[in-house]
Amino acid sequence: MISRILVEDLALRRGERLLFEHLTFTVAPGDAVALTGRNGAGKTSLLRAVAGLLRPVAGRVLFEGIEPEATADALHLLGHLDGLKGGRTAWEELRFAALWSGGSEDGARAAATTLELDRLLTLEVRKLSAGQRRRLAMARLLTAPRPLWLLDEPLAPLDSVWRARLGELMAAHVAGGGIILAAVHDPLPLPSRGVEVGA
Amino acid sequence: MRPLATLLGRELALAWSRGGGPLPALAFYAGMATLLPFAVGPEPERLAAVAPGFAWLTLALASLLSLERLFERDYEDGTLDLLALGSAPLEAVCAIKCLAQWLAAGLPLAVAAPLAAIALGAPVTLAPLVFLCALIGGLAFAFVGGLGAALALGSRRGGLLIAIIVLPLFAPPVIFGGGALTQLAAGLPWTSGLALLAGWTAAAVALSPLAMAAACRNAVD
Repeated sequence: MISRILVEDLALRRGERLLFEHLTFTVAPGDAVALTGRNGAGKTSLLRAVAGLLRPVAGRVLFEGIEPEATADALHLLGHLDGLKGGRTAWEELRFAALWSGGSEDGARAAATTLELDRLLTLEVRKLSAGQRRRLAMARLLTAPRPLWLLDEPLAPLDSVWRARLGELMAAHVAGGGIILAAVHDPLPLPSRGVEVGA
Repeated sequence: MRPLATLLGRELALAWSRGGGPLPALAFYAGMATLLPFAVGPEPERLAAVAPGFAWLTLALASLLSLERLFERDYEDGTLDLLALGSAPLEAVCAIKCLAQWLAAGLPLAVAAPLAAIALGAPVTLAPLVFLCALIGGLAFAFVGGLGAALALGSRRGGLLIAIIVLPLFAPPVIFGGGALTQLAAGLPWTSGLALLAGWTAAAVALSPLAMAAACRNAVD
């Protein structure tokens, strides 16, 4: 179980450009953190660095309470690239995501029901609307229980009803001891604190 | 093991839709076999003499064709992030992808290779060895080719770059397999060529996943 995540004196670079440096903050179970900042400030890169995909120039991201090798199994990353293949059906993609992240087919079915995807599951992914596609990507968060959710612009293509529903799901995750780090431009639909990136 | 089995199923389906399967393999060989007489002349003796080597080299070239999309598509649509964050090591992921590539594209080509050789007049006694070389060599081509595809990630004109990276690495297996075929055609002992080919394949299968995973980590960074 993650007891704390420390981001210590972190500096990230994309290509030749230094995005930010000396970024320090701490998150603990039950926290929802909204990462704010201008376009290109480095919010997405910060999420990828926390996920362990991006190597920092300086500083570190430390997961307390779990082994360093176990961090990838403790998190879901929902980026703006959703990794869904247009030619496969929604169910094939959701089932794969569930089994790949250590969940089960039953978990995938329950997640589909929660996000009201049942009637869409036989469709090819390329036939889904942007909002439906985002809901399919979000269903992955529920297929396998993992404590840390890293969300990149989770609200963008959703209508107001689904923004509220997503807010409920996120609040439930946080209430159950989960952690959410979300890069956003609009406020998150649940109580959260903000961390400014690249200020 | 469950996640890896699931991944293999998905990769097989994707490799199939990328141009694997028996029909494209047979069509490619049919096209090449039709062109060959125009290039080297239509005399049956000449065609029969080059047929086994032609079938073998065509396999190496055909293995290059669908490589570009092996990692590139996953890199572009974010799947590579998902795979890197899964419960299995990235080395295993890369090995599974190459294995699926071999099963979907390499096996049909290995079946087509001896057929093409026989159609061009090669003695039927050579066909089993052509098949065996194509089967074993195809596995090496898939893994070495996957290495090229991973190294070319994120570059423009990846296909050309893959060919440039991979073709020199194809030289040893092509030499070993071609040597075995020539030896058998001349009635000489041929097993050493096949053994060297199998050794090269084993090394490619064992080592290239390490390099592929490193290249993928570098690409998502």
